[in-house]
Amino acid sequence: MTLAPPRQTETLHSSLEKEEKKSGWTDRLFHLLVGGSALVVLLVLGGLVLLMGYGGREALHIFGLQFAFHNVWNPVTNEYGAWAPLFGTIISTLIGVLIAIPLAFGTAFWLTAIASPRVSSVIGMAVQLLAAVPSIIFGMWGFFTIVPFVARHVQPFLTHHFRHTPILAPLIHGAPFGTGLLTAGLVLAVMIAPFMTAVMRDVFGAVPPMLRESAYGLGATRWDVMRKIVVPWSRSGIIGAAVLGMGRALGETMAVTFVIGNVTDVGWSLFAPRSTVASLIALQFPESPAGSIRLSSLLALGFILMLLSFVSLALARTLRGDTK
Amino acid sequence: MSDITSKPDGWAPNPRAARRRRFDMLATLFGMAASGILVLVLASILWTLLSNGLAGLSVAALVKPMGAPGSGGGLANAIIGSLIQTCIGLLIATPLGLGCGIYLAEYGSKLNRFASCVRFISDVLMSVPSILVGLFVYQVLVAPFGHFSGLAGSVALAILAVPIIVRTTEDMLRLVPVAMREAGAALGAPRWRVTVFLCLRAAKTGVTTGILLALARVSGETAPLLFTSLGNQNWSLSLDKPMASLPVTIYQYAGASYDDWVQLAWAGALLVTLGVLAINIAVRISARRG
Repeated sequence: MTLAPPRQTETLHSSLEKEEKKSGWTDRLFHLLVGGSALVVLLVLGGLVLLMGYGGREALHIFGLQFAFHNVWNPVTNEYGAWAPLFGTIISTLIGVLIAIPLAFGTAFWLTAIASPRVSSVIGMAVQLLAAVPSIIFGMWGFFTIVPFVARHVQPFLTHHFRHTPILAPLIHGAPFGTGLLTAGLVLAVMIAPFMTAVMRDVFGAVPPMLRESAYGLGATRWDVMRKIVVPWSRSGIIGAAVLGMGRALGETMAVTFVIGNVTDVGWSLFAPRSTVASLIALQFPESPAGSIRLSSLLALGFILMLLSFVSLALARTLRGDTK
Repeated sequence: MSDITSKPDGWAPNPRAARRRRFDMLATLFGMAASGILVLVLASILWTLLSNGLAGLSVAALVKPMGAPGSGGGLANAIIGSLIQTCIGLLIATPLGLGCGIYLAEYGSKLNRFASCVRFISDVLMSVPSILVGLFVYQVLVAPFGHFSGLAGSVALAILAVPIIVRTTEDMLRLVPVAMREAGAALGAPRWRVTVFLCLRAAKTGVTTGILLALARVSGETAPLLFTSLGNQNWSLSLDKPMASLPVTIYQYAGASYDDWVQLAWAGALLVTLGVLAINIAVRISARRG
C-alpha cells in the first residue's frame, strides 16, 4: 500500500521521458528546418551584397577610386566614370524627395487630423493603391502625360519668363524635350509620396491621444496640435520616413528610365536629358558583352548603388530607433 | 433672447486667435490639396491606362503569341510567362520565407546574434533596388550557364518576395499571445506542433496577407527580369530558355515606334495594373474584415 504511489509516479515519469525523447527528434528536425531556411536567406541575401562589390572589382581596379568622380562614360574609347549617372541619381532623388515630403506630410496631416474616418479610410486606401502601382506603369504614365506636359507648358513658360534671371537661367536652359531631371523628380515624387504617407500616418498615430486631447482642451487649433504636439513628438519618425522614401527613389529603375532621357552628361539644367545609375544599368547591361570592362563598370555602378541604399537604410533605422 | 447672434458683453476681437484660425484654415487647405494631388495622380494613371489600353485589349491579344510588328501578334506568351515565373518564384519564396519568419519569431530572441543578423539582412533586402537583384542573379545563374533562363527570372522574383514574407510572418507570429503557446505546451504538444498547429494557424490571415502582398509586388517587377529571363518573342514554356513576361514586354513595346506594339504595351500595362490592384484591394478588404 505504501509502496504503490512512488512506483506509479516513476512509471509516469519514465513514460513522459519516453514521450519527450520521441518528440525530441521532431522538434530538433523542425528547429533545423526553420534554422536552415534562415541560413539560406542569410547566405543568398548576404551573397548579393558581397557579389556586387566583387563583380565591379575589375573596373575599380582599373579606374581606381577616381571611378566615382570621373565624368566620362564612353563605350567607344572604353573609358568609364560614374560621375554623370551618380549626379543624375542624386539630383533627381533630391528633387523627388523635396516634392514628396510636403505632399506626404500634407496628406498624412489631412488623413489623421481632419478628414472624417469614412473619408479618411477611402482616401487612405486610394493612396495605398497608388503605392502598389508597378514602377513601369509610373514610367509609361510619366512618359505619355508628364513629359509632354513639361515639354509643352512648363518649360516654355519658364523659359519665357526667367530666361534672363541670373540664377534660374542655367537651370532651365535646354531644348524642350520634356525629359530630364525635373520630370524624373516629379515622377519619383508621386511614386514615393504614398509610401512616405503610410509611414507618417503610422508615426502620427503613435502620438499619445492624451497629449492631443489636452492641447485641444486648451483651445489649440488642429494645425497648432500638429505643429506643437505631433511634429515635435514624431520628428525622428518623419525624418525616417523621408529617408526611407529617398532609398526607394535612389534605386528606382523603370520609371526613371522612361522619363530621364538617358544621356550621360552633367550640367545645371533641370530640363536636359540625363541618366541615373539604375537607368544606365538597365539600358546598357543587355548590350555589354560578358567579361568586358563595360560590364565590370556597370557592376561597379551597381555596387555604388548598393552602398547608397545601404547608407540610407542605416540612416532611417537609427532615426527610427530614436523614437522607440 | 432677441439677439442671440450678437456678441456677448466685453467681447473684443482677438487678433491672435483669428490668426491661428487662419493658419489652421491654410493648413487644412494644404492638406486637402496634397491628398487631392495623390488621388488625382492615381485617377490620372487609371484613366490613361483605361483610355489607351482598352482599345488594344481584345481576345486576339490574349490568345495570340507575340509577333513581328504589323503581323497581328498578341500577348499570350508574355502572360503565360509572367504567370509561370511568378508562380515558381512564389513557390520558392513561400517555404523559405515562412521558415525564416518562424525561426525569427520562435527561436530568434534579441540575444540570438545569428537571428539578428538574418533579420537585419532581410530588412536591407526589403529596400534594396530591384535592379541589383537582377544583376546578382545574372552573375549567379545566367553568366555561368551562358544563357538567360526563365528559372533565373523566377529566382530573381523569389529573392524579392522572401524579405516581405519573412517580415510579415515574423510580425504576425509575434502577435500570437504567449498564453496560447503555454496552453499548447501544457497539453503536452511538442514545440513544433505548437508552432505549426497553434501559432501559425492563429496567424493564418496575416501570413496569407504577406504572401499575397509579395505576389502583388513581384508580379509588376520589370528590372530584375531584364537580365535574367530577358524576354522571348517566341512561344516557349521551357524554364531553361529565355522566357517572355508581361512587364518586360511592356518595356520593350512601349518604346517601340510601331503603333500596334505600343497598343499592346498599353493593353499589357492595363492587365498588370488591374491584376496588382485587384490583389491589393482583396487583401485589404479581407484584412479589414478579419
